Order: sequence, then structure tokens, then C-alpha cells
Amino acid sequence: MAVLTMRDALNQALHEEMERDPSVIVMGEDVAGGSGGTSGNIEAAGGIFGVTKGLKTKYGADRVIDTPISESAIIGLANGSALAGMRPVAELMFADFVGVSMDQIFNQMAKFRYMFGGKAKTPVVLRMSMGAGMNAAAQHSQTIYPMLTMVPGLKVVIPSNPADAKGLMKQAIRDDDPVMFFEHKALYSKKGEVPEGEYLTLFGEADLVREGKDCTVVALARMVPFAMKAVDKLAEEGITCDLIDPRTTSPLDEDTILESLSMTGRLVVVDESNPMCSIASEIASIAASKGFGSLRAPVEKVTAPHTPVPFARELERLYVPSPNDIEAAIRRTLANQVEGV
Amino acid sequence: MQQSPDQIRQAYRQMRLIREFEERLHVENPKGEIAGFTHLYSGQEAIAVGVCENLRDNDYIISTHRGHGHCLARGCDPKGMMHEIYGRADGLCKGRGGSMHIADLDKGMLGANGIVGGGQPIAVGAAVACKARGDGSVSVSFTGDGASNQGTVFEAMNMAVVLKLPKVFVLENNGYSEHTGASYGIGGDLKTRTEGFGIPVWEADGFDYFSVYEAAEKAIEHARASNGPSAILATATRYFGHFEGDPQNYRAKDEVKNFRETVDALKQMREKVTGAGIFTAEELDAIDDEVLALIDASVESARTGPTPGADTMMSDVYIDY
Ligand SMILES: Cc1ncc(C[n+]2csc(CCOP(=O)(O)OP(=O)(O)O)c2C)c(N)n1
Ligand SMILES: [Mg+2]
Repeated sequence: MAVLTMRDALNQALHEEMERDPSVIVMGEDVAGGSGGTSGNIEAAGGIFGVTKGLKTKYGADRVIDTPISESAIIGLANGSALAGMRPVAELMFADFVGVSMDQIFNQMAKFRYMFGGKAKTPVVLRMSMGAGMNAAAQHSQTIYPMLTMVPGLKVVIPSNPADAKGLMKQAIRDDDPVMFFEHKALYSKKGEVPEGEYLTLFGEADLVREGKDCTVVALARMVPFAMKAVDKLAEEGITCDLIDPRTTSPLDEDTILESLSMTGRLVVVDESNPMCSIASEIASIAASKGFGSLRAPVEKVTAPHTPVPFARELERLYVPSPNDIEAAIRRTLANQVEGV
Repeated sequence: MQQSPDQIRQAYRQMRLIREFEERLHVENPKGEIAGFTHLYSGQEAIAVGVCENLRDNDYIISTHRGHGHCLARGCDPKGMMHEIYGRADGLCKGRGGSMHIADLDKGMLGANGIVGGGQPIAVGAAVACKARGDGSVSVSFTGDGASNQGTVFEAMNMAVVLKLPKVFVLENNGYSEHTGASYGIGGDLKTRTEGFGIPVWEADGFDYFSVYEAAEKAIEHARASNGPSAILATATRYFGHFEGDPQNYRAKDEVKNFRETVDALKQMREKVTGAGIFTAEELDAIDDEVLALIDASVESARTGPTPGADTMMSDVYIDY
């Protein structure tokens, strides 16, 4: 197996899919970069995080489209080209810019198939970087996937490692529904083994990252490696946990979570988003409604606080749930015993 | 040059302050003490200062992600700004916003803005308040060439015209929107586009303080006199990368060097002012020295300023948490 960064794994997926299918096109701000510049470099950026590098050089300006700063129109471009038979992969430089293009996302692409009586397909992939960890402050650090997960018609993908990122991206491009693809900024440079050859990672199938018997831990994106740290540390003391990475929040693999919960009786959900209406709340509610009989302690939610993302290093570090926070939550749930159970 | 020596001294000092603030951040940034994105304004000083020297205390401005120059030109405290950029508890925004979100409401400075195109509609709102007060105040938004392609800017322009608001659009064409040249990103041209809304445009050389000042004087007077919105289109360049750390692969090697050596705003102003016998080079040097000392002191205190405590995390989300 090759060892790649998540950036390069995503880049591979884009190259492979563009090679395989001429209807795949890429669009966004500086996905190539350099147009209108004075250096003559026609690919001066390759995406500000380097995910789309080499694409324009290989596939040309008709398939790799640098756009002006016009997020509504960028997503509109994706939507219209999808309705007209293309497979667009649009990039929002930061997930926060969903705010600028929300209509195209939740009133338009999400609803075409349903509103048009099942006749439309909208194979859009909307890629966006997300997450705190770069001190990029309140408008460039949010993890807004809960907001999009709640919209019927959108599929939501949140990889935590290079191998999944590649397989999920290829699947997203081939999927006939709109897919929101969240890439955590702090994971782009993280390396991992990526299988050789062609593979797809299906939606709605959680990954069991660690197996254990004392507690079920569910985590997404950057919280997966954080949870691994906590879980591995506790394992040294003989406390073992199932660690589940759902990989997609819509569809969400409830079965894997509930099955694990039925074995462990304890649940810790880790989510970098704000706590209200988060994926953590959603999974806690699933446990309460469908796994109530299994619960031996209250569900522990480990989330960011109900604040915007602060700038200062010290505050941002506190904002993001840490391996220590996760460890403490696991210990709390283990210490907690519901009366009479 | 119809400005008084005092006005000219003030403008020169403001421009020097911005230049040295930014050049110093460019030096400090690689040391790793400054977190987050830092977008520097060096090269465009004449625009912010030429506009803001025309403003009154009760006017408003709103800025962009490249906000330091606009803030300083509007009179924000350099030390408070430096502390903010270093993420200090005693920064202008308590270390919560950083470089991209410096604001000073007491000075009518409605904030730098991390969302490109986010500020212009807000400035239209401030213009509604100006009009309602009827005190002759105006609201000014700064907009980059890249930002000018954002739908919010078109909406803001049209709204300001429809409501006949005292709103001034400052269009700053520095040639680039991140890694993309303005000539690629802009369909048509900024002047004709703006005029298409019925907004009169005064053009200026963004490297020349006097050119910007005079254009801004007319544009602002137009808006103050209840004639509806106006615009200033100023062209310059940015001396540094889009953000600190940008390798600038899109740019010809000597592009910035040429600008610095020929049309640099500070260089031009010094030549004009000394040439006209208004100030001697030594008098201007003394201003430079004073500014440099201020920047030194600001960086020094910012480096060791207090960090925000954990107890401040939850405050100010709402008026009373
Ligand atoms: C809505 C939105 N889209 C994209 C960005 C990323 N971004 C930040 S600055 C910038 C370029 C802005 O160019 P311009 O308006 O010309 O201002 P300049 O950087 O030249 O000062 C981009 C694309 C953003 N911050 N917000
Ligand atoms: Mg620009």
C-alpha cells in the first residue's frame, strides 16, 4: 500500500475519475489559479490546499474551471451542468462560504430530484475545507456539516483518513445525488496507507476503527484520530472501546452504532461542531429512542462549546474537543451507573 | 495641492504608519508568534488614507479581509490592533477576531470581514442609518477587484441607488484576487459596471495620495449632498502575497520590484511634498522615526501581552450569557 497524505489521496481520486469519465468537471476559485497573472503559469495554485493540482494541466480549462469569487454562481454552475448531464465537482474554498451560496444548496440541488418527480438527477459533489486548528477565526473554521445533514436530498461525507477520503470521493463523483464533501483542514497533511488500485468506499457504512467491550465511542473527521489517542491510552489500563467512524452523516449507519451500544451499554459521541442540533445530538437521540434498553449510563456528548470559533491560540485550543476531553468523557460514562440497571 | 501642511503631514504619517505596520508584520510573521491568516495592505496605502482623510467622525467605513490599512487610516489604535493580531486579551477585539476581524465601532469602523463581499450590504445598512439621522454622514465600503464579482456587491449597489443612500463604494483594483488576475476574473470593467447602476465613478491613481484624495473628495461630497451613492475606482498593487506565506506563482518575478521603484505611494508623496517645498526630507524622516518607534513599541508589548483566559471563552456570544 502507498502512504499518502489526505490531500494527495483526494487528488488521486479526482485524477482517476476525470480520466475515467469525461463528464467529470471541476470548478471553483483558484482550483488552477494563475489566469490573468503575469507569470504565465497556468496552474499557479492547484487549489489553495493543493487538492486539485495537476488537473488543469492534464484536462484543460474546459474541464477545470477557475471562477471569479461568486459562490452562488459557482454552485449554480455545478447544479445546472449536473442537470444537463455533467458530473461537476465544485469547490468552496472554506465550508463557511456555504453561507454565501445557501440557496443553490438547500433550495435548489437538494430538491431537484424530489420536486421534479424523480426525473432529475443532480450528481454534484461540493467539496469544502472545514474545521478549526489553523487560527483562521470565526468565518473560516466552522464545521457546519450538521446544517447540511438536516436537509433531505443531500448526502454528507466526512472522511477522517486518506484511504477513506479517496474511496469516498470516487463514490461521491459516481453518485447520482448531490454530495456535500467535507475535508478537515487539519487532516490534509496527515498521512495514511491507501490501497493500490481501484476501490470505492460506500456511503452509510461506518468503519469500526477500534474494537472493545466497555464503551462505544463515535467520532467524525479530526475527532477520529483524537478519539484513537484516548481509546488507545485507556486500553493500556484494560479499558477497551469500540471506536466508530460513521464516515457519512447522511446516510448514517445507525445499525453499527446501535449494535455496538447493545454490547457496551455506554456511548460517547465526539463532534467538533457546536453542541445544539449537532451530529452528537442526533446520535444521542438515536441512542435514546432506538437504543434505550441498552443504555447503562447517560450518553456523553463531547463537542465544541456554543460559541463562534475564537481566534487566539489559547481559546481555539480550548474550543476544539481534545483527546483529554474524550478520555474524561469515557471515564465519566464508565463511572456512571444508571440506577437499577 | 490645496491641502494645508497639517493635512499633508497627517496624511503622510498615516501612510507611513500603514506601510511600517505591514512591513513589520511581514518580518514578524515567519517567526511563528502570529497565528492565522495575515493579509497585508502594503502598496495600497494611498487609497485608504486618501479616502479616510475626507471622512468625519460620524461617518462609517467597512473593510475587507485585507483590513489593517483601512483600520489605521480610520484612526484605530495601532497598538490595540497589533495586540489583536497577536491574539491578546487586550487587543481591540479581545483576541477573538484576529487580523481578519479587527473592528472599532467607536470609530465608525464596522469591521474587517472574512467573507469576501460580506461588507458591502452591511455598509448599505449603515447608509440607511446615516440618511435617517440626516446629519450629512456617509457610509463607505472598500471592495477589492475580486470581491467586485460577488453578487452581494451588485445587490448593494442597486439597493443604494434605489434608496438614494449616502453610500460610497471604494473599488480597489490591486490586480489580483488570490492567485487569479483581475483581467481574468472581471467581465467588462469595474467603471462601466458601476455606472450601469447609475452610480457616478471617480477614478484615481491608487499609488498617488493626492489623486485618491481629490477623487474621494468629489465622490464623498456627492453622497453627503443627498445625491445618492457614488464610487471611487483606484488602481494599485499589493506588495506582498495574498496572505503571508503565499509563494505568488502567478506573478512575474520583478513585478513588485518595479512598482516599488517607480510609483510607490510613499516615495511619490515624499517627492511631491519636498519638491513643492512644503516639508524637507528631514522633517519627513522625523515622522518616519516617530512611526517606527510606535511600531516597535506596539510589537514589543503585543509579543508579551496577556493571553485570553479560558473564562472568557463563553462571554460575548450574547449580551448576557
Ligand atoms: C465568500 C468568500 N469567498 C472566498 C474567500 C477567499 N478569499 C479571501 S480573499 C480572496 C480574494 C479577494 O480578492 P480582492 O477582492 O481583489 O481583494 P484583495 O485580496 O486583492 O485585497 C478570496 C478568494 C472569502 N474569504 N470569502
Ligand atoms: Mg484584489
